[in-house]
Amino acid sequence: MSALLQVQGLAVRYGAVAALHGIDFDVHEGEILTLLGSNGAGKSTTLRAISGMIRPSSGTIRFDGRDITGLPAHEIVGLGIAHAPEGRGIFGPLTVDENLRLGAFARKDPAGVASDRERVFALFPRLAERIHQVSGTLSGGEQQMLAIGRAMLARPRLLLLDEPSLGLAPQVVATIFRILREIHAGGTTILLVEQNASMALATAQRGAVLEVGRIVLQGAASDLAASDDVRRAYLGVH
Amino acid sequence: MTRVLQTLMDGVAVGSTYALIALGYTMVYGILRFINFAHSDIFMLGAWFSFSLAGVFGWTLAGATPPPWAAVVVLLGAMSGTAVLGYAIERVAYRPLRSAPRINVLIAAIGVSLLIENIGQLPIAFGTQPQRMPSLLPDAVLFEVSGVSIRLVDTLVIGIALGLMAALEWLIYGTRLGLAMRAVSTDAQTAALMGVPVDRVVSATFAVGSALAAAAGFLYASKYPGINQPAHATWILLGLKAFVAAVVGGIGNVRGAMAGGLLIGMVEIFGAAYLSPHLRDVYVFALLILVLLVRPAGLLGRATVEKV
Amino acid sequence: MRAILPWVAVLGFAMLAQVAVGPVVGHYWTKILMDVGIAVLLAVSLNIVNGFTGQFSIGHAGFMAVGGYTAGILTYYGGAALFDLPPGAVAPGIAGHLWFALSTLVGGVVAAVAGVVVGLPSLRLRGDYLAIVTLGFGEIMRVLLTRTEDVIGSAEELATAPWTTQVVSTGGSLGFTGLPFYTNLFWTWLWTGIAILVAYRLKESSTGRAMLSVREDEVASGAMGVRTTDVKVIAFAMAALFAGIAGGLFAHEIGTTLNPAELGFQKSFEIVIMVVLGGMGSVTGAALAATILTIVPELLREFSEYRMIVYAALLVVVMLVRPTGLLGHREIWHAWRRS
Repeated sequence: MSALLQVQGLAVRYGAVAALHGIDFDVHEGEILTLLGSNGAGKSTTLRAISGMIRPSSGTIRFDGRDITGLPAHEIVGLGIAHAPEGRGIFGPLTVDENLRLGAFARKDPAGVASDRERVFALFPRLAERIHQVSGTLSGGEQQMLAIGRAMLARPRLLLLDEPSLGLAPQVVATIFRILREIHAGGTTILLVEQNASMALATAQRGAVLEVGRIVLQGAASDLAASDDVRRAYLGVH
Repeated sequence: MTRVLQTLMDGVAVGSTYALIALGYTMVYGILRFINFAHSDIFMLGAWFSFSLAGVFGWTLAGATPPPWAAVVVLLGAMSGTAVLGYAIERVAYRPLRSAPRINVLIAAIGVSLLIENIGQLPIAFGTQPQRMPSLLPDAVLFEVSGVSIRLVDTLVIGIALGLMAALEWLIYGTRLGLAMRAVSTDAQTAALMGVPVDRVVSATFAVGSALAAAAGFLYASKYPGINQPAHATWILLGLKAFVAAVVGGIGNVRGAMAGGLLIGMVEIFGAAYLSPHLRDVYVFALLILVLLVRPAGLLGRATVEKV
Repeated sequence: MRAILPWVAVLGFAMLAQVAVGPVVGHYWTKILMDVGIAVLLAVSLNIVNGFTGQFSIGHAGFMAVGGYTAGILTYYGGAALFDLPPGAVAPGIAGHLWFALSTLVGGVVAAVAGVVVGLPSLRLRGDYLAIVTLGFGEIMRVLLTRTEDVIGSAEELATAPWTTQVVSTGGSLGFTGLPFYTNLFWTWLWTGIAILVAYRLKESSTGRAMLSVREDEVASGAMGVRTTDVKVIAFAMAALFAGIAGGLFAHEIGTTLNPAELGFQKSFEIVIMVVLGGMGSVTGAALAATILTIVPELLREFSEYRMIVYAALLVVVMLVRPTGLLGHREIWHAWRRS
């Protein structure tokens, strides 16, 4: 298996505060890798650094062998990394349709976009029903579907997902994870940040655990799910 | 009745120029959340560029009869000139301050405003004398309604302003650039994640807003041909009233700026005609305070909750 | 005893300015030093609203106008009635100066009342909207002042004019001309010294801390029990009080005319610029910037054509390279200590 994304020595500072102290990990082509950790561990920061929302203070990020460290966010999307950010990042005053069109903003193949739209509507029939609705009026679950669907319209090779289960009812969470597996089965590599560790480890092939800006544990998802430390800290088992 | 009609005509003409200027304020505010105080100077430059351009072609000379397409050349020329300038100002003075406190950007904007006025006053630029704008727009009495002559020039001023507003409406709601502008004004960070080149969108916003202000300058000078010298207080005052229009309509809201401009123009012109011509600025600012007290977000603005 | 010492020092400083500095530097520099004092008074007072409390007022010249016209009416018409002199005459001796002091103080109080009235919308409005309201207030003041009647120049006319006519006879757009020249270095620097002292003490007081907390985070400070509304209104009132006094000093200064055109938004912008360049929240920074921005243009008078261009360009450059102003939040002695 080859590494689609290679993160080496990634460090990020917010002013005087260090959020990441030089972390290393790879995301392999075709896998789901989940980043676990408590609030403030640096999970979202990692995703933001990869997608170019923030500039790392040191370290390198390689995507498909190419150094993308410090590239502006709008160029990174074009290379094939889509980021569904924390808090979903829906453009509230815009319609569902307009949000989806923004998802495909960097693309220049109208035919491909049209077929991807059909695919997104097949995954999320709800979005097709609400296509002309102002997206700020959608329910939380629908907004999450829109965020994922919108990211898929960039036709990413790597999808970055930041807490897709946050604030959603259990059935909705189950639906979202089912769809994530479908997206993965369609050939998209996924880097998943989650608080819901049991769901995440059940879906992912591999995982990494972040604690205050450092990776403390890395391995196969099944091993992590079996590890005592992980079970105590993140799975609520004593 | 006669007077009402005449006043209405003037109110719409002045109001639509306010609306064109207000659009620039509101678009910049919508995206960068700051009051671009230099925008009234762009409006002033629109009038002066028009005058100078007409001069280059010899249309300002006494007795010269400019061809019918002169207005188009001058209007487009002035709009392109200020578009380039608006782009440059954002690039040099505002972009480096993107993450600075807004008061700093505001002071920088005041600095740019003073710079434009004082350079404009230099003998090598426009000088310190007022000038008279040649009548490039054809004028004639179109028809008379109960003693009021509806003039072609007024109709053209209103028509061009409304046409430009329709064009902007199409740009914002019907094009890819407009979609990007709306996305950036909602959430610039996420817009960048979608592949929207935020800096380029901001540049385009400044260029478009400046071009509209220049059109307002051209139209205003066509209706009121006496052009004051660049640093004259009337320019800033007109700009401020246009800004008031943007706020009254709901700042950040494009349709609000159009409606606010027309409303402010009407209030000012009707107040001047029927109450006292000396207090026209008072009506405008009093309306502003009234609207803000009743609807703090403006007439078409959405109420926003301060985030913790 | 120790509590009154600073006030005695301010009084002594003002007297020194009047008897020792004035005669030494001559008329030209005396005038400049009075201008400097008034500018410092304006900047230090606006700093209470913009710098300490983080509210954004761009109508400071409006309060200056309220105070200046109020004081002018009192010395011009009130003084004529009180001392049985022709209008505009300087009343002889100490009585005239005491009447002047009282007039400026009353002007300040009236301006403070206006400050409360303008501060009240800040209960509902935040940030830029508040700025626009203060701007609107300043512009309404300016336009209304241009609509007043001609100044009553002769004692005969004055004798027949009721007081209701007198208060609206302030010269319209030509300005309130003929005001007695009471302003001197003593009064200028006494009020300025008091304002600096009050502002500095305020910053160190619990009310001042409350103001700073409103600036940093209004929602959080409200949650901590700070009565944010009261704090903002107090800030507006104090700032307006001193701006009104500055207006009174400006009105009675030799070589200036109390004129609506002088008191428009341009003047308000000038004061905001002083505060920002000095460093928002720094009392001595505001004073320093006001001093520099008053003296330097005076020195560059012969280059008047390019003076404003340089000033405007510098404004942009300073914002780009030193966005926190000269001193930031710090006072001048802190800056000294660090370097």
